[in-house]
Amino acid sequence: MYEGEAIRSPYARLGDWVQAMPAELRQMKQAEAEALFRRIGITFAVYGEGGDPDRLIPFDMFPRVFSGAEWARLERGIKQRARALNAFLVDVYGRGEIVRAGRIPAHLVYRNEAYEKAVSGFVPPKGVYSHIVGIDLVRTGPDEFFVLEDNCRTPSGVSYMLENREIMMRMFPELFRENRIEPVDQYPELLRRTLASVAPVKCDREPTVVILTPGHFNSAYYEHSFLADLMGVELVEGQDLFVEGEFVWMRTTEGPKRVDVIYRRIDDAFLDPLCFRPESMLGVPGLMDVYRSGGVSICSAPGAGVADDKAVYTYVPEMVRFYLGEEPILNNVPTWKCGQAEDLKYVLAHLPELVVKEVHGSGGYGMLVGPKASSEEVERFRARILDDPGNYIAQPTLALSTTPTFVAEGVAPRHVDLRPYCLVGERIELVPGGLTRVALKEGSLVVNSSQGGGVKDTWVLAE
Amino acid sequence: MLSRTADNLFWIARYMERAETMARLLEVGSRIAMLPSAHGYRNEWDSLLRASGTADGFARKYGDSVQRNIESYLFFDRDNPSSVASCITAARENGRIVRTALTTQVWDALNSAFQELRALEREPRSALELSRLTEWTMRNSALVRGAIDATLLRNGGWDFLNIGYYLERADNTARLMDVKYYVLLPRADFVGSGLDNYQWTTLLRSMSAHRAFHWAYGGEVTAAKIADFLILNRQCPRSLMTCICGVQSHLDRLAADYGRETEAQAQARALRAALEGLTVEEVFDEGLHEFLSRTIRSAADLTSTIHDSYLSGGLR
Repeated sequence: MYEGEAIRSPYARLGDWVQAMPAELRQMKQAEAEALFRRIGITFAVYGEGGDPDRLIPFDMFPRVFSGAEWARLERGIKQRARALNAFLVDVYGRGEIVRAGRIPAHLVYRNEAYEKAVSGFVPPKGVYSHIVGIDLVRTGPDEFFVLEDNCRTPSGVSYMLENREIMMRMFPELFRENRIEPVDQYPELLRRTLASVAPVKCDREPTVVILTPGHFNSAYYEHSFLADLMGVELVEGQDLFVEGEFVWMRTTEGPKRVDVIYRRIDDAFLDPLCFRPESMLGVPGLMDVYRSGGVSICSAPGAGVADDKAVYTYVPEMVRFYLGEEPILNNVPTWKCGQAEDLKYVLAHLPELVVKEVHGSGGYGMLVGPKASSEEVERFRARILDDPGNYIAQPTLALSTTPTFVAEGVAPRHVDLRPYCLVGERIELVPGGLTRVALKEGSLVVNSSQGGGVKDTWVLAE
Repeated sequence: MLSRTADNLFWIARYMERAETMARLLEVGSRIAMLPSAHGYRNEWDSLLRASGTADGFARKYGDSVQRNIESYLFFDRDNPSSVASCITAARENGRIVRTALTTQVWDALNSAFQELRALEREPRSALELSRLTEWTMRNSALVRGAIDATLLRNGGWDFLNIGYYLERADNTARLMDVKYYVLLPRADFVGSGLDNYQWTTLLRSMSAHRAFHWAYGGEVTAAKIADFLILNRQCPRSLMTCICGVQSHLDRLAADYGRETEAQAQARALRAALEGLTVEEVFDEGLHEFLSRTIRSAADLTSTIHDSYLSGGLR
């Protein structure tokens, strides 16, 4: 929030707001917010971390603020990255130019677990594989952002972005009157339009869009039903769909109804038991045949995961240069790949300074935060890395920026990250905002809710 | 609408109505048990368990039908799929599955009932009066019902909810009346006596229809009048006639919306016609218990036809 001693301008008014709010009022509001979350039933683990489906994620009332100019630059960078990621996907399921040009090693692509041979040679409608790209960012300086991770499959948490805003507006209407905050509530409409814009070639009418969920036991079920509700589309499970002839149909009280676009929130492996895992009950037998023959669109497209792997991540700036002929606006965190001898040597020599992550890990598990780890932990991790170097990457601990956050004693700085949601269809669009996650423990760099992280509203101020 | 969604809505309604009936049964039971002269012949709580169709499950678990055990079984017990706690939990779970088909108010009513239930379960049982439990159940059931009526789109989902309510209510009215059959009078000459009438009046009270009955019939309370009220009177909100007319009108709305009829409409129409041609004398000639059992079976048949026509998604 501060620039030297001075409050950064986007936060100027919030300083007064905090000053003017007595502690009792703050506690009352905090309790009110929690009651609202519980009543609405927003109880799910962000980013598919599992756990108790009735658990609440802590909500911090102190918003995170971006100026319009800061956001404009971020927005350009995110859109650029989303375009490059999609170009990469179309390329690697097609001619594989980037591999032939030697800009990314072939094995990282073609031996990747997420690479789906089943869609090789297939170009989805409008050339889009990843329709909702969630890009995780951290800030390290006034004008310096780094990308931590790309999520090209089914990034979750967008319902938090919308509900956090809803609850802030309900509790602090005066803040919204005093500050000119860009709205985010057009997201569901943009999502619906994005999905409709990638209707399959055989669709000759207003497309029928559905959301495919694994079911109400899934930790993100609230989000699935929330989005279906706001878009006015059916929320289906695999058992509601069937394939007949050239199309996919859903079972309705009026008989079968054709489905054109499926926004799936289940993994590739469960989509079609005839094509992928035969024992899966979540998907629809025969779905992939209909998909490949242009009878239905699947969002994100099967196979999109090959672009968001932690090892492939290191090549995204290269993708931007290769496909777009531009310099990347957003940088990657410098990353050492333990699979490469030179990098491995460096990592082993500097373990206590680094953050080491498993290539396929998520949720803050399977990682080493060097500066916070005991020497035993470091040694244990060293052994794990040596065991399977290709499974690990390492990054420096960045001087992450903090934002003011309500804690027991008042307001204190806490580390945050940001996940904006970029929509890619006929057009590429981004609502001004995203999900800010905050590490509620003092000094902690880990924002995952399973590790004591919370969420807060994200503001972009109108210029 | 998805068949699965319609099915879940249908069952939300059935569970909520069933929870209410369990509470009403508890109320009838406690009132009948308060009548001293019936003692010594039969434990009235048994009749209640039989009418609710939970007698076997109860006997296996508790054996002795004392009030406290009955309360546990009919209100709190999760092993009893018809207990108030089971019904409200199931209704809320179904609601969670079909959040998209419910308004915030309906979800709020379902979810609040569930949260309050969990709080009740944590209270010491000695602090919980039976009347508090039954009133709590009826209040929450009314809140859900009211939220549905006040806020839900009048689309197919609303029809399936109402069909669920009416079918369950018909079934429950029949079962509540059957309690009277199971409560044997000490001797045949007690028929028409003060005790007999007290039992019939208790039945009316349990359906919150005591005063309504007097407005509709005036004066004297007789078995025939009460049976007429609960079976054939269109003014009575819980009568079999009202319920079957309700089912039929919602099925007709569906047929109009979808532009096609199914076997369900025909079956509902036939049931209604049969009731319309009936007098209370004929019911007693057949035997009240026999008539009620037959009604419960017809309602179950209609349910399975509705399931095949709309809720299974099998229809092409």
